[in-house]
Amino acid sequence: MSNLEIITFALGGLTIGSALMVILSQHPVRSVMYLILTFFMISANYILMNAQFIAIVNIIVYAGAIMVLLLFVLMLLNLSKDNEPKSTLSMKLAAILAGGSLMTVLVAAVKDAVVAPITEVSANQQGLVESLGQLLFTKYVLPFEISSILFISAMVGAVLLAKREKQIID
Amino acid sequence: MILASIFESGVSIQFYMILASILFGIGVLGVMLRRNAIILLMCIELMLNAVNLLLVAFSTYFGTGDAQVFVFFIMVVAAAEATVGLSIIVLLFRNNRSVDIGLFNKLKG
Repeated sequence: MSNLEIITFALGGLTIGSALMVILSQHPVRSVMYLILTFFMISANYILMNAQFIAIVNIIVYAGAIMVLLLFVLMLLNLSKDNEPKSTLSMKLAAILAGGSLMTVLVAAVKDAVVAPITEVSANQQGLVESLGQLLFTKYVLPFEISSILFISAMVGAVLLAKREKQIID
Repeated sequence: MILASIFESGVSIQFYMILASILFGIGVLGVMLRRNAIILLMCIELMLNAVNLLLVAFSTYFGTGDAQVFVFFIMVVAAAEATVGLSIIVLLFRNNRSVDIGLFNKLKG
């Protein structure tokens, strides 16, 4: 077993462990912290797989923007362990049964999947900014422009939804 | 510095397939187990990340960059989804004073 394999397996174990802590910890803020840890672990996986650009974007977008937004809303709503909604024991059992069987089926189906072997030993530079930018602004330039429309509509929607409505009391 | 691809040094693609499946399963489990709407959004993010991980693994394995562009677009959609989802949750909290998804059944008629 080479060093790289040990690092990869340890990283995979840590990723699963921190993802489990997200759904098992009772305090919502602690859950967010473990999710940030999970995103950093996934970014480390990306770096191991030579996808540096995606790794950095993952940290900036997920751990930076989305998690700060989640944490901000969590603090704004002032949720704590006391008013955390609890599910009943039967619902928990059903959820664990259903989720566990889905996971078992997925892993069992994927475990023996036959994948085409690597055909050529390439220099493997497609994860860098240069080649990804080349691809993004030539082949995928239309989806790139359409995503800006998506962002504008999401922005308008968020502002419209979160705006406090005028009280109709006369 | 460019690392050699880890798939050329012994790690099999099956490892990442199993890892992504387990992460996706944990996300599904969280959606069913928890009743806090914000935690539900977080579990959806977890599932999206499991898919991203698998896409990047196959992108590296086959040596093409297209899947990584796709991951980039998934992140764009996830960011838009998180903003709209969170503002809906804030709106629901303003009406119900709670984020328990069991209380969000006003559309049931």
